[in-house]
Amino acid sequence: MSILVVAEHDNGSIKGATLNTIAAAQKLGGDIDVLVAGSDCQGAAQAAASIAGVAKVKVADNAAYGHQLAENTAKLIAEVGKEYGYILAPATTTGKNVMPRAGALLDVQPISDIIAVESENVFKRPIYAGNVIATVESSDAIKVITVRTTAFDPVAAEGGSAEVVTLDAAHDEGKSSFVGEELAESDRPELTAADIVISGGRGMQNGDNFELLYKVADKLGAAVGASRAAVDAGFVPNDMQVGQTGKIVAPNLYVAVGISGAIQHLAGMKDSKTIVAINKDEEAPIFQVADYGLVADLFEALPELEQSV
Amino acid sequence: MKILVAVKRVVDYNVKVRPKADGSDVDIDNAKKAINPFCEIAVEEAVRLKEKGIASEIVVVSMGTKQSQEQIRTAMALGADRGILVETDVELQPLAVSKCLQKLVEKENPELVILGKQSIDGDNNQTGQMLGALTGMPQGTFASEVAIADGKVAVTREIDGGLQTVSLSLPAIVTTDLRLNEPRYATLPNIMKAKKKPLETISPDDLGVAVEPRVKTLKVEPPATREAGVKVGSVAELVEKLKNEAKVI
Ligand SMILES: Cc1cc2nc3c(=O)[nH]c(=O)nc-3n(C[C@H](O)[C@H](O)[C@H](O)COP(=O)(O)OP(=O)(O)OC[C@H]3O[C@@H](n4cnc5c(N)ncnc54)[C@H](O)[C@@H]3O)c2cc1C
Ligand SMILES: Nc1ncnc2c1ncn2[C@@H]1O[C@H](COP(=O)(O)O)[C@@H](O)[C@H]1O
Repeated sequence: MSILVVAEHDNGSIKGATLNTIAAAQKLGGDIDVLVAGSDCQGAAQAAASIAGVAKVKVADNAAYGHQLAENTAKLIAEVGKEYGYILAPATTTGKNVMPRAGALLDVQPISDIIAVESENVFKRPIYAGNVIATVESSDAIKVITVRTTAFDPVAAEGGSAEVVTLDAAHDEGKSSFVGEELAESDRPELTAADIVISGGRGMQNGDNFELLYKVADKLGAAVGASRAAVDAGFVPNDMQVGQTGKIVAPNLYVAVGISGAIQHLAGMKDSKTIVAINKDEEAPIFQVADYGLVADLFEALPELEQSV
Repeated sequence: MKILVAVKRVVDYNVKVRPKADGSDVDIDNAKKAINPFCEIAVEEAVRLKEKGIASEIVVVSMGTKQSQEQIRTAMALGADRGILVETDVELQPLAVSKCLQKLVEKENPELVILGKQSIDGDNNQTGQMLGALTGMPQGTFASEVAIADGKVAVTREIDGGLQTVSLSLPAIVTTDLRLNEPRYATLPNIMKAKKKPLETISPDDLGVAVEPRVKTLKVEPPATREAGVKVGSVAELVEKLKNEAKVI
C-alpha cells in the first residue's frame, strides 16, 4: 500500500525528523511519496526529492501553508492523503498539531508516537509516560500515524531523484493567522539530533549557573537540555525541556545534572545509550537508570568535568 | 462568553503504572485517580477568564465511567458552574471523545473550548485537534498564554523551536501546556458548594455517537529495562569510564 510522508521543513530545507519518518515508512513496504506543504518551499521540495527511497514529491506552495497553520494544512493532508494507505509525520510539535486534525477529517483514529512497526496494521507505542509499551492494531482503512523519531535510524538525505509534482491546492480557512514567533537561537546541536546531551535540573539553582553546563557542552559538542522544574523556574526556555511532555531524546550519551529522575523526565531520555547522573543525593531515582552515577555537588563536579574532557 | 472545558479522569501522575502479569492490560484498578494535570490547567484558565469578566459561564464535561463524576465535581470546586458526564463503560479513544464533544458544542454553543494538550495515560495528544476538524473551529494547541480581545484569541504555543503566536477567530479551541498557569487548590467550602452545582448525565447514544474503539490494544508490556549501573568515585573516574569503557566521548 502506498505511503504519504508529511515532510517537516523550514521551506528552504528538510528537517532531519523527516528522514527518521521515512525510515519508519520503509518498514511498512510500499511506494513512499513525500508531501511538502509550505510557502516559497521549492528548496525544501528539491531537498525532499534527493532523499533516498522517495518515489514522488508533492509540493503545495502557497501562503496558506506558510507556517503550517493546522486549519489549512490538515485539509490539504486529508485531501492528498485519502489516496494512500498510510499518512505518516514525525511526532514533533508540528506533526502533533496537524495530524490528528487531518485524521478526524478522514474519520480515522490516528496512532501517535509509534516506536515500531510490527505488521501492516500493528504498531508499538509507549503509553503512561513510557512505563508501558502497547501493541495496537488499527482497523481504519487509512492509517494516520506520527513517528517517534528516536526509534528509527534516519535514511540517507542524498541519493534519490524523485519526481516533483506541483499541487495547485490552496486551502485558506481564514480562521487563523500567524502572528509571530520567538525561536531559540543556538550554535549548539539540536537537542533531538545531538550525539551527546547534557541536561540541568532544579539543582542548577538559576539560569546563570547553566553557564557551567554550556561550558562542558561546548567542549563535548553537546546539546543542552533541562528538566521541567528548570524550565518552570525560568532558568532556561521551554524548547529545552526533555520528558514526557517535552522533547524525546536518545543520544549516545545523556548527562543529567541536578535532576532527580521523575518518571516524566525519564520518559524523555531513558532510551539513551549511556546515561550519566550527577546528583548530590545518593537516593535520587535518576541513579536507577544511570550507567554511571556520581554522587557529588554539581558546583564542584561541573568545573572539574570541564577541565578533564 | 461561555467556555466548555473537557476533563479526563486518569491515574494520578505519581503512580508508576505497570502491565498486568498476563500482558492484557495495565494494572490500574486500584490506583489513585485524578483529573489529568493538563485538564486541571484548562479548568484554571477558564476560571481566570471568568474572574477577569471575560467568561460568563464554565461548563465542564467528562466522558467515561460513572466515577468520572468525581473529576467533574473537582472541576466545579475549582470554579466551573455546571457539569456534564457522558457516561459509558466503553474504552474511549480520541475520535469518539471528539465526536461526543462536537455534539455538545452544537448544543452548548461555547465561544471557547479548552482541553488539555494530552492525557497522561494514553499520551495521545489528539482530541483538541480532532474536535477542531469536526467543528471547523480553529485551534491553538500547546498554549502557554491565551489573550482574548476583539472577537479573537491570541494563543502563544510551545513548539519545538521555541514559542509561536497565532491569532484565531472565535469560537476557537485551545489545548493547554504546562506553563499556561498554576492551578489553584480546591478549598473545603468550594468543595461543599460544588456538590450543589448541577451535573447532568447523558450517554453517547443520547448524542448519537458510536464510540466503539477503532484501535485495539493487543498487548501491553514493560519497556526494555536498563542494566543497573555503577557509582563512580570521582570526576576523573567518570571521564575514564566514558572514554575507555562506554567509548562515548
Ligand atoms: C503532567 C506532567 C508532565 C510533566 N512533564 C515533564 C517533562 O516533560 N519533563 C520533566 O523533566 N518533568 C516533567 N514533569 C515534572 C516532573 O514530575 C518533575 O517535577 C521534574 O522532572 C523535576 O525536575 P528536577 O529533577 O529538575 O527537580 P527536583 O525533583 O527538585 O530535583 C532536583 C535534584 O537536584 C539535586 N541537587 C540539588 N542541588 C544539587 C547540587 N548542588 N549538586 C548536585 N545535585 C543537586 C537534588 O538532589 C535533586 O535530586 C511533569 C509533571 C507532570 C505532572
Ligand atoms: N474521556 C475524556 N473526557 C473528557 N475529556 C477528554 C477525554 N479524553 C480526552 N479528553 C480531553 O482531551 C485532552 C487530550 O487528550 P488526548 O487526546 O487523549 O491526549 C484531555 O486533556 C482532555 O481535555
